[in-house]
Amino acid sequence: MNTDDFAVTAQGLSKIYRIGLKEQAQDSLAGAVIDFVKSPLQNYRKYRSLYQFDDVTAGESAAATAAPADIIWALRDVSFDIHQGEVVGFIGRNGAGKSTLLKILTRITPPTRGYAEIRGRVASLLEVGTGFHRELSGRENIYLNGTILGMTKKEVDRKFDEIVEFSGVERFIDTPVKRYSSGMAVRLAFAVAAHLEPEILIIDEVLAVGDAEFQKKCISKMQDVRKQGRTVLFVSHNMPAVAMLCTRAILLNDGKIAMDGPPGEVIGHYFSSDGSTSAEREWLDLETAPGRDVARLRSVRVLGRDGWTARTVDIREDVGIEMVFDVLRPGYKLLPHYWIYNEEGTVVFASLNQDPNWYEQPYSVGRYASTMWIPGNYLTSGTLLVTASLITRSPDTVQFDEPQIIGFSVRDNMGPGTARGDWGGDMPGAVRPLLKWTTEYFSETTERNESGRQQP
Amino acid sequence: MKPSTNDMPVSVIEPPKGFEAIDFAELGRYRDLFYFLVLRDVKVLYAQTILGFSWAILNPAIQIILFTVIFGKIANVPTDGIPYFLFSTVAIIPWTYMSEAMIHSSQSLVSEQGMLGKVYFPRMIYPLTPVLSKLVDFTISLILLIGVLIFYKVTPTWNMLLLPVFVCYMMLIPAGIGLWLSSLAVRFRDVKFAMSFIIRMLIYTAPVLYSASLIPPEYRLLYSLNPIVGVMEGYRACLLGGPIFWEYIVPGMVTGVLLVLTGAMYFRRMERVIVDVI
Repeated sequence: MNTDDFAVTAQGLSKIYRIGLKEQAQDSLAGAVIDFVKSPLQNYRKYRSLYQFDDVTAGESAAATAAPADIIWALRDVSFDIHQGEVVGFIGRNGAGKSTLLKILTRITPPTRGYAEIRGRVASLLEVGTGFHRELSGRENIYLNGTILGMTKKEVDRKFDEIVEFSGVERFIDTPVKRYSSGMAVRLAFAVAAHLEPEILIIDEVLAVGDAEFQKKCISKMQDVRKQGRTVLFVSHNMPAVAMLCTRAILLNDGKIAMDGPPGEVIGHYFSSDGSTSAEREWLDLETAPGRDVARLRSVRVLGRDGWTARTVDIREDVGIEMVFDVLRPGYKLLPHYWIYNEEGTVVFASLNQDPNWYEQPYSVGRYASTMWIPGNYLTSGTLLVTASLITRSPDTVQFDEPQIIGFSVRDNMGPGTARGDWGGDMPGAVRPLLKWTTEYFSETTERNESGRQQP
Repeated sequence: MKPSTNDMPVSVIEPPKGFEAIDFAELGRYRDLFYFLVLRDVKVLYAQTILGFSWAILNPAIQIILFTVIFGKIANVPTDGIPYFLFSTVAIIPWTYMSEAMIHSSQSLVSEQGMLGKVYFPRMIYPLTPVLSKLVDFTISLILLIGVLIFYKVTPTWNMLLLPVFVCYMMLIPAGIGLWLSSLAVRFRDVKFAMSFIIRMLIYTAPVLYSASLIPPEYRLLYSLNPIVGVMEGYRACLLGGPIFWEYIVPGMVTGVLLVLTGAMYFRRMERVIVDVI
């Protein structure tokens, strides 16, 4: 391919964020007074350090070994070339750096290191409705939003009628947007975004408003754009959409490119057992363990029938998901729960702790292990990802919510005791329960005999 | 139709590198957005109020009456023979513009942080929008000013032709302060609390409520380094006639220009890291 027709080139893009260090509390009055006097200077240094990374010295290897404890590499040395007309899907777990990468490419935030070059106008569907003002009319908002997204007044003038027609709010075009229903406002906002004509379209589905209708519109818009030979960068957890729409996929893991290639292979790699998710996660340090003031998560793992950590389980076997958490404050009612996702990103089911000994009971300080048991012959074969969360009740407050933190595979099997039996063909569905079937014998003839019908 | 690559704008994304020049070409490409943001500010300001744009007149009018009673009647501040009401009207109207524009400009990045994190356009548009949108209020309040001038039978002089110069000079001040403080406010929310104090200080450090002739001659240069002094003296000379005291005006103009230049430099340095700090 001609090297001149690139749309996006990135070389060694890195982004460092500094997370705040814990403040040192003084326990004496004198200490507190000195602290108070010193604090403006300390605060100044603290805020300055949020964007100055002089202490993270040049060179990847040096940084890797001697990095200060309070920094996070959201992106690390990411390089790629995207040619014109390519539709590239960026996939990876939450926190892998996908959204950071898009924010760098849309110039919202600068990289800490590295370089990127973009040829053509960029528009992103992640900010549908940005800058919409409730007090302004639909007409005024179309102009404001259009220019915010990078159109000129002339371009909006030219497309104005189309935008209004697409949105279906003709009658209310001079009414303030605050009188619109939320559906109308979203339609109008989307109509503006859909009429941009960027050379490069960026869609962050993760950040998009999660309604199915909108996602469908995003996808059909992407197909249009692709047909016009424009370049699309697409961030998604929806693997079938990536597989269907993209010509290439890039898998990010911990801020680095883990794989770059045809979507099928990359998605396969993402879900394969040696991929990014392990069957066990553990936090040794209470300070950095996920959680808040009441409870902190210490470990999550997948248990096999024998009680050991299991990567893979037989489809017929029970599988347990165990979370160990520390309760730091007594007297709260806790509700541990899991969401189980399949490899298409669909939630197969959610489950709340229903242990009658603990449901609606206050917990005392200490360590707990809560295990959910999924019966054998319930899940279908494939890879499953687990989101582990815990809330405190009344008022409901999230203590931790770790998305798709561990995963495991269910190994298909056939023969007696399986839902498949000796059927070797396709078994679709999100679950594969072994259900009770009854068949009764009525009579020798095959004629319909209404009167002879009986209830089982 | 496949777009051709040759005529497309190429943008380069790099880490911030200290001080950077102002990209006027980029600002030019976004002038329509600038226009619509100003329009939004103007339209939204008096939405759902009964009095609407009358507030642009009422606000300074109430202040003028208050100051006339306190400083003109009770404290009897000397005003070089000009009736106090007339004397303060000429100053309060540009002052109202400057203080309003300063307050909004310095908070512009913080109050628009939702937009800041979602879409890119030259950040400098944020603090400069109030500098323009508040001019609409200013223009409306000129009705009040003209009314007062007619009431006191002030005869226009050739000085009035210089008014546009002083309007531009007046705009330098909120622009400069806004550029400095808006980027500072992102890092230090202290700016918001300091602002009401700064505004109150500024009105007393400039000849808004009293005459500059009260200042002893040996401090005159130091005093007129405050750019607001020159604005007030300029407006009085333009509208009320009489000699133009350039020695009060030129030092302030120099500080005003310096304020904008240094503010723009500082803003450029900060604008790229704003999103990560806000």
